[in-house]
Amino acid sequence: MDDVKDVILNYISGEYLEEGSDPITYDTPLISGGIVDSFSMVSLKRFLENRYKISIPDDEATPEAFDTVTKIVELVKKFVK
Amino acid sequence: MAYSDKVRDLYQEQLKALMEAGIFKQERYIHSPQSADIEVEFPEGSSLKKVINMCANNYLGLSSHPDVIQAAHEGLDARGYGMSSVRFICGTQDIHHQLEKKVTEFLGTEDTLLFPSCMDANAGVFEAVLTKEDVMISDRLVHASLIDGIRLCGAVTDTFKHSDMAHLESKLQLHSDKRLRMVITDGVFSMDGDTAKLDEMVALGDKYDAMLLVDDSHASGFIGRTGRGTHEKCGVMGKIDIITTTFGKALGGACGGCVSGRRELVEMCRQRARPYLFSNTIAPVVVAGVLKVLDILSASTERRDKLEKNSTYWRKGMTEAGFILKEGDTPIVPVMLFNAKLSQDFSRALYDEGIYAIGFFFPVVPQGQARIRTQISAAHEIHHLDKALAAFTKVGKKFNILGKTKQEIIDIYGL
Repeated sequence: MDDVKDVILNYISGEYLEEGSDPITYDTPLISGGIVDSFSMVSLKRFLENRYKISIPDDEATPEAFDTVTKIVELVKKFVK
Repeated sequence: MAYSDKVRDLYQEQLKALMEAGIFKQERYIHSPQSADIEVEFPEGSSLKKVINMCANNYLGLSSHPDVIQAAHEGLDARGYGMSSVRFICGTQDIHHQLEKKVTEFLGTEDTLLFPSCMDANAGVFEAVLTKEDVMISDRLVHASLIDGIRLCGAVTDTFKHSDMAHLESKLQLHSDKRLRMVITDGVFSMDGDTAKLDEMVALGDKYDAMLLVDDSHASGFIGRTGRGTHEKCGVMGKIDIITTTFGKALGGACGGCVSGRRELVEMCRQRARPYLFSNTIAPVVVAGVLKVLDILSASTERRDKLEKNSTYWRKGMTEAGFILKEGDTPIVPVMLFNAKLSQDFSRALYDEGIYAIGFFFPVVPQGQARIRTQISAAHEIHHLDKALAAFTKVGKKFNILGKTKQEIIDIYGL
């Protein structure tokens, strides 16, 4: 699912990085690193659900599960049929 | 024993780490009323030092104004020291009601409810008016008190890039399926000193049927032609659904805050906001003081005019000296240093030169964005600002940062 990794990386870069920020990698800590605020996890979840036609239960959409692009891809894989 | 040596050691290690990193906060004891000139004991036990205060929220110089103090004395004599009650039980005096009406008139809203602080107003307002069917969309740089209030509310949360109206619009479109939408922003942002684009946000609110809440704590009294706040400056008075603000900054500097706005939203707070229901009413002495402050500000714009001139003078001087400032036109002028320890060391060096200004670093500001946040006051005279400019310049030379770019400063001091 390499293209999924890049789709998610590009979405997060566009959604969360300000101009002039250092680029993120697949393993940059997003929430624990302060790049993605926990309040906007909802719109990240919505993006993933709409893009991949999945439904992520609320109790799985945790800050830990969303903390890196790599982890987000694992979460998406879990629910893609 | 509940607090064992093991638990004590755990916390002592954390505190020691802060000291070793040079970012342990130490209070300085002020032995005078708040003013441009203050007397300070620092470190503890040392003799008093006269310094110029460059970091108070005393924007209009009213914190120790004799007329405000006189009014407070009269309030104490007429209405006593404390009410020993929350508002709705037996904690509402006629002067509380009078102040709510006066704030309503000053801000140009429909109704106002007092709170023990704006921190309490922000903690209580969202939960009182929104449910899990609704969404709160906040600017990513809103004040910590708004973040706390948002956390306490069961509505869905989302954020938009700081002051980015296109990004806000995309979020309003994304959440068009929610029952209610509320956009949340500071009026003047407390750490960067920039101003929200309220005119554009009101237009977006009209387009996407969204309410707008503005915390104007760093604006009430002095932003806008007659000091009504950011909504006056942006030409949208009467169009903000909720304004929260504090009486602990320009409006006297004691304590207290309020929710002001649409009648029904204010009434919902009166019925349901937890800090209103469970925290003690504002003391009569403070209410009397704020009533006087509003009279002073309604009679003349002299103070906010002087503040504006002082702020322009300070920004120009600091820019010419070679400091990196956050852009803006408010009395909040952040002097960017980027490295946390540098901001602490710079602050201590300024103190040695007779200037009181504090270093701000993570978590108060984002990592790598440490600064000295200077705040200008109508109490400052030009000689205060000139002395402060000279001190900043001397210390700036000592730390070799004048005329340097952000990257050059980071190369010297790290992030």
